[in-house]
Amino acid sequence: MDSLVARYSRPAAFQNETLSDDQYDDFQNDVSPSLSLKFAMPPVAQLTMSSYLHQPSAWLRAATDDRSNPNCPIKIAHGTTTLAFRFKDGIIVATDSRATAGNWIASQTVKKVIEINNCLLGTMAGGAADCQYWLAWLGMQCRLHELRHKRRISVAAASKILANLVYQYKGMGLSMGTMCAGVTPEEGPALYYIDSDGTRLAGNLFCVGSGQTFAYGVLDAEYRYDLSEEEALELGRRSILAATHRDAYSGGYINLYHVKEDGWVKHGFNDTNPIFWKTKLEKGEFTNVTSSLE
Amino acid sequence: MAMFSQNPVLNGPNYSFAEVPQHAVDGLREHRFNPYTDNGGSTLAIAGADFAIIAGDTRLTAGYSINTRYAPKVFKIGGSTSSQDDANILLSVVGFAADGEALKERLDAVCKMYRYRHGKPMSVSACAKRLSTILYQKRFFPYYVHAILGGLDEDGTGAVYSYDPVGSYEREQCRAGGAAASLIMPFLDNQVNFKNQYIPGSGVGHELQERERVPLPRNEVEVLVKDAFDSAVERHIEVGDGLQMMIITKDGIEERLLPLKKD
Repeated sequence: MDSLVARYSRPAAFQNETLSDDQYDDFQNDVSPSLSLKFAMPPVAQLTMSSYLHQPSAWLRAATDDRSNPNCPIKIAHGTTTLAFRFKDGIIVATDSRATAGNWIASQTVKKVIEINNCLLGTMAGGAADCQYWLAWLGMQCRLHELRHKRRISVAAASKILANLVYQYKGMGLSMGTMCAGVTPEEGPALYYIDSDGTRLAGNLFCVGSGQTFAYGVLDAEYRYDLSEEEALELGRRSILAATHRDAYSGGYINLYHVKEDGWVKHGFNDTNPIFWKTKLEKGEFTNVTSSLE
Repeated sequence: MAMFSQNPVLNGPNYSFAEVPQHAVDGLREHRFNPYTDNGGSTLAIAGADFAIIAGDTRLTAGYSINTRYAPKVFKIGGSTSSQDDANILLSVVGFAADGEALKERLDAVCKMYRYRHGKPMSVSACAKRLSTILYQKRFFPYYVHAILGGLDEDGTGAVYSYDPVGSYEREQCRAGGAAASLIMPFLDNQVNFKNQYIPGSGVGHELQERERVPLPRNEVEVLVKDAFDSAVERHIEVGDGLQMMIITKDGIEERLLPLKKD
C-alpha cells in the first residue's frame, strides 16, 4: 500500500506547485544531473510561413551573427588560432587565448584547450559556449562509455559521437571547429577534426580558426613525424606565435599541451609578448619588426 | 508593448516588440520578431584574496529615456529565505532587464532546491557551472544578458566568473560588463592585473621587468570601483544615478549604496 501511495504521489516539495514544464525539468535535473538536450526555442512560427525570415534559425542569425548583421544585439565570442599535430611521441595541441566580439577583445585569457578527460583533449574555435558545452557533454558520454564497456573509449568513437551530435543540429546556427586528440593502445596517437557542418576528418596535422593559414605556413614548413618532443613543442609554440603576429583576431597567451599514451601533460600558458621578443632577439627572426628604441 | 520604449535610437536594438521596419524595399514593409530591449547600465566585479566585490549602477534606460533611477542589477543568490540573509553567492546581470530578472529567479530557485535537498549551500564553482548550463538551455533563444557571478571558493579566496549570453564562462580576477564595459575594462587591466606596468629602473627596453601581480586589499578595491563608475558616468549616457556595491567576505554579504551623478 505504501509503495502504491509513493508511486502516485509527488514528493512534498512539488505537491502544490504549478511549475511550467521546463522549470520542472530543471529541478528534476538537480536530482539526477544530466545535460538536458531540450532547448528553449524562440516563439517564431516554423516552416509554415513562406518567408525564411520567420524561421527560428534565421531569427537567431539576425540576433547573434555579427557578420550577416553588424547591428546584432547579442555578440557571441569568436576568433581563434588552434592547432594540433601527430608525431612519434604523441600529439601536440597548441592554441592562442583571445576571444573577440566584433572589434572588441572580450578576453585575452580564454582556455581554448578543453580537458575532456585525463587522456582526451578538445580544442575550441568558433562559438565559445558551443565548444565548452558540447565538449563537456562529450566528456560525459565518454565516461558513460567507460562505465558501460569497462574500457576507455577510442578517439575515433568519441569524435564520431560529437560529429553525429552536431550533424543533428545542422542549420540551427551552432558554430564550432574542434579537434579531438588522444592516445589509445589500439589506435596510437589519434587526431580528428570535427566542425559544425558535420565534417569529421582523421589526419596528422590541423590548424583551425581565423589564424589557421598563418599557423599552417610555419607548421607545414617545419613538420616531420619523427620530431623530438622538444622540437615538437617549440614548433607548436612558434606556429601559434606566427598566427598571433599576423591575425588580429588571435593573441593573448600560448596554451601548450602534449598528449601521451598515459594522459596529457600541460606545458604552460605563456604571454605571447615576451615569447615574441625572445624569438626575435635571440633567434634573429621577425626581421620585419624593428627593435630599436629610437 | 511599444508604449514602453519611446525615443528609439537609430539602428539600435531599442525597440521592444515595436513593429518598425528597418528597411523599406519597394513599398514592402518587413516586420520582425524583436523581443529584446537594451536597458543600458554597467556592472563590475573584482576578486580579492579573501573577498569579492560586485557592483552595478542603478539606472535603467530604454533608448534615450531614463525609466527609473533605482533598479538594482546585483542580487544575492541561494539564501534559504526570500530575505537572502544567509546567501553565499552574488549575481549581477546587465543587458535586457527582464531576461536578467528571469535568469536571477531561475538560478535562485535552483540554488534553493539544492539547499533543501542537500542541507548545505551550493559551492560557487558548482553554481558557476549550473549557470552556464542554464544560459545554454536557451542557446537558440538567448537571454540577452551579460552575467557575472561572485563568491568565495573552497579555500576562502574571492572568485569571479563571467559569462557571455549563451553560457561560455571563465574564472577571472576582474570583469566589467554592460554598456560601459569598454570604458571600464582597460582601466581594470591596468589597475588590477597591472598590465603594461613595469618596475622602474629594472632594465632598458626589452629588459624591463613586469610589475608583480598581487591581490589588492579591500579598501583599495572599493575606491577603484567608485573611480571606475565615476569615470563611466562622465562619458556614457546609460550609466549613472546610483552605485550598488555588494561585498562578500567570510562574515557574509555587505551592501553599500553610493550616489552617482544624476544628469
